[in-house]
Parts: sequence; structure tokens; C-alpha cells
Amino acid sequence: MIRINCPFCGERDHTEFSYGGDASIVYPELDASMEEWHDAIFMRENIRGMQSETWHHANGCRMWLVVERDTMTHEIQSVRPAHKGNAAVLSTTDTGGEQ
Amino acid sequence: MSAKRLPQGGRIDRDQRIRFTWDGSSMTGYAGDTLASALMANGETVLGRSFKYHRPRGIMSAGVEESGAIVTVGQGRRRDPNVKATMQELYPGLAASGQNAWPSVRFDLGAVNGLFGRFFSAGFYYKTFMGLPPMEWGKGTGLWMQYEKIIRRAAGMGVASREADPDVYDHVHGYCDVLVVGSGPAGLSAALTAAKAGLDVLLVEQDCELGGDYLNQADEASGKKRKDLIAKLEKAGARMMTRTTAFGLYDYGTAGLLERVTDHIASPDKHLPRHRFWTVRAKQTIVATGALERQVAFGNNDRPGVMNVAAGRSYLNRYGILPGQDIVVATNNDSAYATAAELASAGATVSLLDARATIPESMMSLVGNSGVNLHTRSAPLNVRGSHGVNGLDFAVAGQGGWSAQGSESCDLVLVSGGWSPVVHLLSHRGIRPVWNVEQACFVGPDEVNEPIYMAGSAAAVWNIEDCLTSGESAATKAIKALGGKARQKKAPAPGGWESPIEPLYEVTVSGRQLKSFVDPQHDVTTEDVRLAHREGFVSVEHLKRYTTLGMATDGGKVGNIIGLALMADAQGKEIPEVGTTTFRPPYTPVSIGALKGRNVDGHFRPLRRTPMHVWNLDHGATMTMAGLWHRPWYFARKGEGISEAYVRETETTRRTVGLCDVTSLGKIAIQGPDATEFLNRIYTNPFAKLPIGKARYGIMLRDDGIVMDDGTTWRLSETDYFMTTTTAHAGKVMVFLEELLQTRWQDLRVHVTSVSEQWAGSAVAGPKSREVLEACVEDPSVMSNDAFPFMGVIETTLKGGIPCRIARISFSGEMAFEAYVPSDYASALMDLLWAAAEPLDGCLYGLEALGAMRIEKGHVTGAELDGRVTIDDAGLGKMASPAKSFIGSAMRNRPELMREDRPRLVGIKPKDASQTFNAGSILCAEGKVSGLGEGWITAVTHSPAMGHWIGLGFISSGYEAWEGKTVIAADPVRKGNIEVEIISPHMYDPDGERMYG
Repeated sequence: MIRINCPFCGERDHTEFSYGGDASIVYPELDASMEEWHDAIFMRENIRGMQSETWHHANGCRMWLVVERDTMTHEIQSVRPAHKGNAAVLSTTDTGGEQ
Repeated sequence: MSAKRLPQGGRIDRDQRIRFTWDGSSMTGYAGDTLASALMANGETVLGRSFKYHRPRGIMSAGVEESGAIVTVGQGRRRDPNVKATMQELYPGLAASGQNAWPSVRFDLGAVNGLFGRFFSAGFYYKTFMGLPPMEWGKGTGLWMQYEKIIRRAAGMGVASREADPDVYDHVHGYCDVLVVGSGPAGLSAALTAAKAGLDVLLVEQDCELGGDYLNQADEASGKKRKDLIAKLEKAGARMMTRTTAFGLYDYGTAGLLERVTDHIASPDKHLPRHRFWTVRAKQTIVATGALERQVAFGNNDRPGVMNVAAGRSYLNRYGILPGQDIVVATNNDSAYATAAELASAGATVSLLDARATIPESMMSLVGNSGVNLHTRSAPLNVRGSHGVNGLDFAVAGQGGWSAQGSESCDLVLVSGGWSPVVHLLSHRGIRPVWNVEQACFVGPDEVNEPIYMAGSAAAVWNIEDCLTSGESAATKAIKALGGKARQKKAPAPGGWESPIEPLYEVTVSGRQLKSFVDPQHDVTTEDVRLAHREGFVSVEHLKRYTTLGMATDGGKVGNIIGLALMADAQGKEIPEVGTTTFRPPYTPVSIGALKGRNVDGHFRPLRRTPMHVWNLDHGATMTMAGLWHRPWYFARKGEGISEAYVRETETTRRTVGLCDVTSLGKIAIQGPDATEFLNRIYTNPFAKLPIGKARYGIMLRDDGIVMDDGTTWRLSETDYFMTTTTAHAGKVMVFLEELLQTRWQDLRVHVTSVSEQWAGSAVAGPKSREVLEACVEDPSVMSNDAFPFMGVIETTLKGGIPCRIARISFSGEMAFEAYVPSDYASALMDLLWAAAEPLDGCLYGLEALGAMRIEKGHVTGAELDGRVTIDDAGLGKMASPAKSFIGSAMRNRPELMREDRPRLVGIKPKDASQTFNAGSILCAEGKVSGLGEGWITAVTHSPAMGHWIGLGFISSGYEAWEGKTVIAADPVRKGNIEVEIISPHMYDPDGERMYG
């Protein structure tokens, strides 16, 4: 059982969350070429070690989070809101978030 | 074996006699007995039959590693097979029976397998029955599947009840600072140290009593120390659980516990669950799980009456049984001496064989005083007797190995081949144990990357005093890791015996072929292991799978090390070079019931009901499941079945008016200054210019260009939209919208809120639908055709002041509306609508009629939009705007998705109008009924409008390519093949005149 420290809710079982995907992907503009979209959707690194990934707190606050997780050990290095605006608000109002 | 209960001693309560039955015979035991100890005291020796050879088996241990006394407990619905008699507490009325034997374990016809022992070696079945010419030439594995059934019946375990489990199981979640697994000396002292430091401690013990090895000691001091530690723990506020096994350790300090709540109670309180499945999140974990005594492989070492030494001690000191009269104790280490002395003092004749040449003085005096007959450099070679032990041949160590050296009559052989620390929980974490040469066992590594600490004999600390220190030391590590202050106690190093153990795994002499078992539970012999080596199995993991060594219900607790040692020997290597197998959860079996907990029957998955559920039932609805939703299926009138009901509902709706609960559709509020831009990006068709007060049908694609969902979106104001999704995809769409706004398009000022639960809705469909609504709204003028055209949206008030939003949209193909009210008004809405519709000869309709009407119209649902279908496949290509970019617009143009011969949405009708056909049938060209065919059928219905059965489906190149041709709807395992024709999916009112009317 991975435990994820949601910046909004606190530490919770990973079963409250659903895995999104690789958080390092920059999705192209909608009018970008098929090739660019192809790479963004299908091409993935199979990382051994620390990986940045998105998780959705589906059975919690419904926020999308960016989690840095070691794919070997499940160790989580950091958790932050995916939305920069939310992240900024959090960082000025409290200390939470980072483990 | 001629065991007898002693007149005093042990932890049993001789004042509480307990009656139980074994294979139908009534017997008695005492409170505090296990089933095994009670059977032993009753003189029962053969309690089981082995897996392959049906050899008689008896009690081999006093714990979880039991491989012989595996029995079936309970009757009828509560029959529980493969129970270790050594772990089953006795209770009044317990009914146990032998298994894997016919007619009984004492006389088992299956034992004939033993005569053919040489045929049943490792891999025998596979070699013989799989792909061996000429039996299976050209037949693949077909025949094997037949043989396998027979083989499985002959080999095997007990039989579970076929009836539903009557018991209740619970899931419980727990938290603690320190989880201590095991309540022996190390566990008790670890728990006490941590609890005294103010930590929240949870101590779990698989046994019914706390104490671990203290319970097997005869001396008063041990008993006193145990009581003292437990009293202090209670005072310090530690939580303690007995009959609770930590069966697995998982990520982040999560432990799985199985608490056996009622397995020891004759008639439990019916409100109690049988088992509780605990998920405990521990900040620190101390593993004080003890060690298991190993066997030695020698001839017929599986006979009833061969046990481990510790079991002998346990039956003597804990259960007050002298397990034999003439006992041979065989050992290679110091631990057996005390037991030998105690057995002799209790009145048995005891011979002690020690494989070692030199024995320390203190050990000699320990047994010398009690009259034990000590033989050094000696080991057991072969057991005599079949249903019990009546003698033992032994061997002595010489220059070139073992040689036979006479025999002795005896009725019990106790063996200690050394001790294996229980490192299972550590292994569950992927941490490999390391081989300790001095102690001849695997121990945890010095450095562990997780807050898990091994203590006591689980860390190969053999001496009880050292175990106390070891527990304390582990606890101080945990205290410090949690930021507390504690003076670090030095952990005792592995060891504690006066003289070293001499590794001994197998005793064999040249020229004698003996059946020596490595894993008695799966009937794996030393010869099987060597055979596997000869046949080229090098890896331990392969050895395990080929021979099934360690794959029985004990999970290799007994045989793994011997198997490894034999493999190492065969390869000329040391044990650590061969490796160890990985232990995986569970440590001991976990009932399926505990895994499922309360998630059965109605609680198997969540049930969703609409706010008009009761109203629907009151009005005669028969319900059906649609995903998690309970929805009206049809509203039967007197004398109607489903077929009559839905046909009438369809006809009535098309003739006058019908009402249908559509609350289960997903509903999402999309609000904000950039809501329009957002919708324009996610839908394939233009939304930028949707006027306020209008709705639009929209399709959204996934990033990869495949259709995700469809629905209507209503514009309520400049910045406020109301989106509906299909029932099936409501959750998925919501997640996707949230993802887009929170990750990719963070600059868009839009909020999305699921309002599915907040709004209840009804479709009002049919030529008289407007009349119905006119009667329901406070101001009927809002309903005029001019004020409320097709795809119009109004927010208005119903009679009685009920706020309502209505859109003129149609799924049925009729003039139709969807009216939504806040959920609390659901019944009021239906009362109003029905009061207006009933006098107009209207009806209520359910999912079946809804489906019939949408199939007639060729409208798609989840059955068609199955995650493989493109917008063009669904015949909706015109909905994809060429003038803008949207999610999926780039990828939908991939060449493979644009092929003309892709399966396209079509209508289907039978060639002979009286014929019916099934959804799920494969569409094949005439004369070519094979393979994947040309397409498939997604939905079928009887069409009242057309008077025959129709269907929707997909077929390559679409309906134009199949005009005038006969197609076969192939359904070989159900209905057979039906000839059909492919037509346009828009089968009813293709121009939509009824809808606009």
C-alpha cells in the first residue's frame, strides 16, 4: 500500500487515488501535427528510479497531483498540486505538501 | 507411537473435558488442547494421506509448519479443508475428518500409488501425458486437459463445501506507531520497551496465547517471566491481539493481519465475524516471528511418529502428553538436549543421536543425569514401520560419509536439523536474506532500507535471555526512528549455543535406496531434487516449479532449506551460491471469505438508485442493473411479460406520450469565463457560437482519436453550461475534464462540478409531450413551438413552485423533452408529469423501450461506443468540424482510422421477418462463416414500428457495400446462424419529421 500525502487532504492510502500517467509529458497544441501527438500519447520512458507522474485524488478532493515516485521502491519524494495556481496558493498559506 | 496423557502438567485444563469427533468417532480432550494434541492423547497416529503417494501421515510438528496432520474441520456449509490440526483449537462438538483418502486415512485405496513410486517422480505427469508421441501426435494439449482432471482427483487436498459460506467476515483498518509481530520473549520485550516509551504499540500473535516459546518451557521461572511481561504490557497500554497472523508485509509499513475470531468457539455469537482482515499501517515494524525447526532427509522420514524435537517438547510441556515411550532424538545442534532430558524425566526411554563428534560438557551433564542414552557421530538412516514407527536404523559418521550401524526399536523419532529463522515477512518486502554459515540458516541482512527490525530467534538469536535483549534493542531503534530518546542496546549477534551446529541435511549410505522426503506435504523426495538437477534445472526457482518443492500449503517452511542444500551439493556449490527462493504472502493461508469481507451479494459493488426509485417501484417498475444503477426496465401491466410491456411502451410513446427516468445520465456544470472555449476544444463540433437558451448534441474523442462519449450540452448563460454524458461514461468524462483543466490547460478559467446527484430528470417523449409539459409549468406559453423550438433550453417553474430546466431534445426520435429538477423534487416532478400524461393515454417506459426506440433511430450508446470506434465508424463523421482543432483531431486522421473498409455502424434486419437474432453475433459473408467475420451485432430489439426484429452493429465498409447481399449473423453456441440483411442504421423516420414536428 503506497501512502500519498495529498497536499489538500493529508496522507492517504493510494487506493483513494487513481494513477494518471507520466507528468513530464508536455502535450502539444491541439493543431500540432499527428507525429507530435503520436509521441505525446504513445511514447513513454520505462523509468527505473525516480519518476514524475500524475495521480488523481478521485475518492478525495478530486485534485490532480504531481507525485515524484521511485518505481523501484515506491518511495515518494514529493507531492504537489498539478495546477500551478493551486500550488502557489498552498505554498503561501501553509507548509504542507512536500513530504 | 504410543502417546499418553500425563496425569499432571501442561497448560491444559483437566477440569474442562471437551467432546469432539474424529472421522465420526467420539473422543475427548481438554480445554487448551489443539486438535492435534487431543488426537495424539487419544492414540490416533495416522491423520492424513500424502499428496501423491497416499502415504500415511501423522503429526509432524506443533505449529504452522505442519505437513502431516492436515484435516478437514466442520461439516456442511462450514466444512473447511486443509486445516492444520496443530493450529486448530479444540472446542466442544468439533467434527474433524481425514482427507485425500478413501475410504479412510487408516485404510486408503489410493495408497496403491506408493507401489508405483518410481513413476511419480518430478515432472512425471508432464513427461508422460503432454505431447508424448504417439499418444498426442497432432493433438496439442487437448488430451492433457483430460488426463489432468483425473490426475488432480487422485492427487490432492481436501474438498471445500459447495454451499455458500454462511459466515460473515470483516475488513478492519488499523494504525500504530510500532507493530510487533510475535509474542515470544523477543516480541514481548520489544513491545514493552516501545510501549514504555509512550508509543502506540500493536502486538500480534498467531497463537491463542501470548508467550511464544515460553509456552513450551516447563520451568516455573519462564512462566513467571511471561506473566510478568504481559502484565507490564497491559499496564503500559499496548494493544495485544491473539489468534492473529501477520500474513504479509507491504509497502509503506502496511501489514495484512488475519484475526481468527470464532474458529475456536463451539457456537459463536452470531453477530461476530468469523475472521477479520486487518490492514494496519505501522510506522515501525518489529519482526519477532521466531524460528522453525528443520527436518533432516533420511529413509521414510515421513512416517507417523517422526516429528521435530520442539514439537516433542511442546506436546510434553504445553499439552501434558508424553508423545512416546521409546524415543530416539536425533540432532545436529544443542537445542534438542533439554527436550531429551525432559522426556526422559517424564518417564520415556530416550536415545539421543548427535551428528557431531564433540559435545560440550554442560550438554553431556544435562542429559547424563536424566538417563538419556547419548550416541555421538550418529544420525537416523531409516524408519521402520508403515503406519507408525517401530524402529530406527542408524548411521555413524566415518571418513567417507555415513555408514549403517545397527538399529533400535522405538515408537517415536524426534529430529532437529537446525533452525530456520522466520524471515518471511522481510522477504515479502523484496529483501533477500543472507546465509549465516555459523548458524547454518538464512537471516535478515544487517542493513534494511525500511523501518523493519528483526528480533529474537527470527534473527537467529537462540538463547531466551538474549532474545529479551534483542527485542529491546529492536524497540530502541524504532523509538529513535520516531524521534524518541532511548539508550541504544547492543543487539546480540546470531548464535547462543555452546557448541556450533553441524550442518546436516540428508543421511544416506551407498547401496541403499530409501524414500527420503524433503517436502512431505507435496511428496517431494531427495531423489526428485537430484533428478531435477540431472535434467538440467540449475536455478532454484526452476527446481521449485519442476518438483513443486515448497509449493504446498506450508509454503516451503519445512523443505526449502533441505532442497537448497541438496541442490547446492549436486552442483558442488555452497548454499548461498544456489540462492534462496522468495517467500511471498501469505505466511499462512488466508480464507477467501476474509479477503472479500462484506463485499458480497448486495454489497459486492455499490448500488446507485435515482431519487425517483421509490416512485418508479410504486408505479409498477421492474428494475434492472445498468452499470451500478438500478433503473426501470419496464412497467408491466396486468398479464404482461417483458416483451409485451416494452412493445406496448414503445407503441404508446410513439402514439401519445411516455415518461422515462433519465436521472442516471451524467451531469456536469461547466462554469467560468472560458467555459465556451473549453467546450469548443473538447467537442468535435463547434460550440463557440451556441446561443444562450440552446442545447447542442456533441461528441468528444480521446486523445488518440477514438470516440469517448456523446451527450448534449445546454447553454444557460454566458458563462454557465449544463453538460449531460452517457450513464456509462459519466465518471470517465468528469475525470478527463478535471485532468485537462488542472494539467494541460491551466490558463483556462473554468470550473467543472459533477451535479449528477443534484438533478433528477425525466424524458417526456411522444407527440403529446408538449401537452404534458404545458399542463405542468406555471406559464404554459413557454412551451409553444416558437418559444421552445427543437434544441431549445428553458429554465422555468413547475406548478407548485418547483424550479426546473427543460431542453427539447430527443433520444427516441419523437418530439421529446428532458426535464430536470433538483433531486429532492424528483417524486413531485413525476407526480406532476404522470398526472398530465395518464389522461392522455400516456405511459411510463423503461430501459427496454428506450433501447428499442433508439435502435430504431440508429442512435448510439455505450454498446456501440466501445472504445474502438471512430466518429466515422459511428456514421457521425459530419460532426467532426474541419474548421477547428479539438481533442483527438490530429490523431483521428491516422491512416488506419481513416480506412474505408473499417467496420461502420449499420442497421440489421432478418431476411425472413419472423426470425430473431442475438446481440453479440458475428456478421459473416454468406458462405464464409469463419474467423472474425466481417462485423458484429451490438444491440437488437423487436421493432413495433416495423413489425420485425432489428439490430445495430458494425460491418466492414458500411451498409452501402452490403446492399442486396445476404449476410449471416453467426451465433454458433447459442442460436445458430441466421440470414440477415444490412440496411441503413436510421431505420425509423430517417428524416426526423416526428422530432421537429
